[in-house]
Amino acid sequence: MKEATLELPLAQLLRQFPLAGEFFHTMGLPLPPGTMSPATYFATLDNVLLEDLALARESLGEQFTDYLSLLSTLGKGRSSSRLESITILGGHDKSNRREEFTLTVRPGEIISLVGPTGSGKSRFLADIEWLAQGDSPTGRSLLIDGFPPEPGLRYAIDRKLVAQLSQNMNFVMDLSVEEFITMHAESRMMEDIPGITRNIIALANDLAGEQFSPGTPVTSLSGGQSRALMIADTSCLSNSPIVLIDEIENAGIDRKRAVHTLVDKQKIVLIATHDPILALMGERRLVFKNGGISAIITTSPGERANLKLFEEMDAKLGAVRNALRNGERIESFLWE
Amino acid sequence: MKAVTLAGPPSSGKSAVTIKAIASLKQKGVTVGVVKFDSLSTQDQQLYEKQGVPVTTGLSGNLCPDHFFVSNVEESLAWGVTSGFDLLVIESAGLCNRCAPHIQGVLAICVVDNLSGVNTPKKIGPMLKMADIVVITKGDIVSQAEREVFAHRVRQVNANATILNVNGLTGQGADELGRLLQGAPETTSVTGKLLRFSLPAALCSYCLGQRRIGADFQMGNVKKMAFS
Repeated sequence: MKEATLELPLAQLLRQFPLAGEFFHTMGLPLPPGTMSPATYFATLDNVLLEDLALARESLGEQFTDYLSLLSTLGKGRSSSRLESITILGGHDKSNRREEFTLTVRPGEIISLVGPTGSGKSRFLADIEWLAQGDSPTGRSLLIDGFPPEPGLRYAIDRKLVAQLSQNMNFVMDLSVEEFITMHAESRMMEDIPGITRNIIALANDLAGEQFSPGTPVTSLSGGQSRALMIADTSCLSNSPIVLIDEIENAGIDRKRAVHTLVDKQKIVLIATHDPILALMGERRLVFKNGGISAIITTSPGERANLKLFEEMDAKLGAVRNALRNGERIESFLWE
Repeated sequence: MKAVTLAGPPSSGKSAVTIKAIASLKQKGVTVGVVKFDSLSTQDQQLYEKQGVPVTTGLSGNLCPDHFFVSNVEESLAWGVTSGFDLLVIESAGLCNRCAPHIQGVLAICVVDNLSGVNTPKKIGPMLKMADIVVITKGDIVSQAEREVFAHRVRQVNANATILNVNGLTGQGADELGRLLQGAPETTSVTGKLLRFSLPAALCSYCLGQRRIGADFQMGNVKKMAFS
């Protein structure tokens, strides 16, 4: 298909690949006229221009067809069916003690990760992220929908399994919220970008409490607003089926609703936390010790009852915080 | 011996990533040596030595670092072979975005970082566009959206490269990079091999030490900007 494609007039190619023109822009080249074929265009480009742009004439054709295949895989990735399950087969801990577990998780599930720093949580995530096949330091293996994943998936950057959200993450781009979401949606080649952008901003505002407008620069959002926007954006725009949430205890957002937003979008939610409300929200929690998973605890009815209690306590503390913010005294309502 | 060229803009995390990948390879019994090219000074010699990694540093001084690199790359390979390494990492500074240190038939890696901004992939030339592996660093401090957009922009300019995220601080992804490095082709000499792209060119009076400004003093390869 390669040579034949290059001989087609650009206008015809653009009908099949509406984003193909972006290639020329990315390479710093002016857009060829619609009647011209890429092959002719590349063959007639000025030598000096190519030299200045550090481009090699002989590889441009191949780069262009590679770009077109990238566009078609991205298009496919967007519409591809969601995964049904991920299974992790136990390996061993740092002392080579075998992990006796087979863990299967499905979209919409919440799993908590508990254990001290250095106990192996990051390695566990890396195993998922890199689709370990017994070849990582832990010896764990991963199955997708019950089978070993196709080898190409490991390095398919646009089909990464894990999206991450943590307290340390910041927006570094100098864009407004609207421009920012639009740019992300464009890179995912979404349709109806304005609609998606509106939805995400509304969702983020809902989670944050304090309102922000589409024109607000992302870098001037408060901590809570940033976290809310990251969660809304990840839940709606990230292709990754798994979302890891790391240390959002003090993020200034409604934690419970934030997690449920992701669950509603059929994400598998992993939460690394020692916050009782978040940790007990999971159906199960993985206990990390010495580089391995030493236990998998299913949240019991007793723990669920306690969770309710903790949530009430949390709501009370929240009310106190608000009262302080509003300059009120906090004498009576603790005991109501 | 296997060899790789590794390049990337200043402070993108080249050495941090290399050190983490070497640590992972060491555990598998792979011996790795490093040749570090830089321009004026480098602390990386000590950084590698501290990790027990054999390293030779070359400083280009007032020469174009890329030209200095290509003039010394043969000898670098020879040093690696004599030292008996399983793998030689040739790290070059990438001081201008037009750097083009990659060699045909030698595994080529480019390191870029998320903090440099989403327009950066477009601005980097052959060092990124002609790499086989692109390592993206500093993913732990930017948002998921920015990571995804950045990776997408890298793919736009180099659709064929294997792209991976590596954290130079925690080492997340370093095992995987190590595994890719082990897949490098055997390279015991580069004599006669071709660079993947021509190096940045310059031969003008200023290359030869001219300091005075003015049209009368500009000779050789001189290019003028257009002002409208």
